[in-house]
Amino acid sequence: MYDLIIIGAGPAGITAGIYAARKKMDTLIITKDVGGQTAWSGDIENYTGYQFISGLDLVAKFEEHIRKYAIHLKEGEEVESLNKVRDVVYLKTNKAEYEARTVIIASGKRSKELGVPGEKEFKNRGLTFCATCDGPLFSGKDVAVIGGGNSALDAVLQLARIAKKVYVINNTISLGADAIMREKVIQANNVILFNQARVIAITGDKFVSGIKIKAQDEEKSISLDGVFVEVGLKPNSEFAPDAEKNAIGEIKVNCNNETNLPGIFAAGDVTDIQGKQIIIACGEGAKSCLSAFSYLNQHKFSDDKN
Amino acid sequence: MNKKITVYSTPTCPYCIRVKQFLKDNNISFEHHDVSVDQEKAEEMIKKSGQMGVPVLDIEGEIIIGFDKERIKELLGI
Repeated sequence: MYDLIIIGAGPAGITAGIYAARKKMDTLIITKDVGGQTAWSGDIENYTGYQFISGLDLVAKFEEHIRKYAIHLKEGEEVESLNKVRDVVYLKTNKAEYEARTVIIASGKRSKELGVPGEKEFKNRGLTFCATCDGPLFSGKDVAVIGGGNSALDAVLQLARIAKKVYVINNTISLGADAIMREKVIQANNVILFNQARVIAITGDKFVSGIKIKAQDEEKSISLDGVFVEVGLKPNSEFAPDAEKNAIGEIKVNCNNETNLPGIFAAGDVTDIQGKQIIIACGEGAKSCLSAFSYLNQHKFSDDKN
Repeated sequence: MNKKITVYSTPTCPYCIRVKQFLKDNNISFEHHDVSVDQEKAEEMIKKSGQMGVPVLDIEGEIIIGFDKERIKELLGI
């Protein structure tokens, strides 16, 4: 039985892990990957101490820091269920089962899917969630970006430089991103914007060859080679059905990172806190560990080693 | 042990950078193709892997899609 299991190794999980190591808590970190969304961030200019650092370099720093301590870190493992029975938290992953006295949920967020026919079949076969990674493969081709927020328009601007035509499928009346980005998008001469439009299907044979959209009640087919999905993020909180959440699935926490379940804490983007920022997630991770530490001190569990 | 390794990647994808760093850290030499500029190699990668996501690794004919550290370790015996 661990003192603490941390789910996730983004900024919140890693920072919680560093604090746990320094408190000499018997800790395990279970995570799909190291870095989380930070690895996908381009340029970071608001992380104190660095006037500029790339997401990838910051993740390398995080990893270097956590590896300095003798913390067990299981990468490539995903938590599937979390149950608390009496004083024990039971975790089941895609690989094993674990028990802990306390848990910090720092599992972050993932890209939201469209939920339309063809999306699963054509993932990585023309449909992608990472314009930065896969964009260059579509040079000289026609592509579509689904979404109208900042991350969508960021993708549009990257692709406008590479692709032949960029269709933007936005489901609101007008684009929602920052004014400066909207202006750039509107000025780009190879961008075709559909407002009040949504994708109803992705079509193709082996690879994507088109999309079907419904724009202002009119159905339309567009032939193209690439679809970039940028419709926002959703919290990785499904494995904890007993944790209280807000309307969009974020785990509710108080100012000490406590959830409604005693001994279970949450930190970072998976929670309902206001700022979704790397530095905030780090601070929340630190706080959550201190809360878990004092919870363990307040409860004298019978099987404690000391 | 000198297995022939080919890495297909783009300069902008985080996991491409990490996979190459991982190989370098383990003193493993590899051939590298930037598929954002090399159209011919991009098509080769798509043909080999049946998909368009990067990175793709070809380790003596075994195709690995993404930075699958465990599988790379297994195939290279590290």
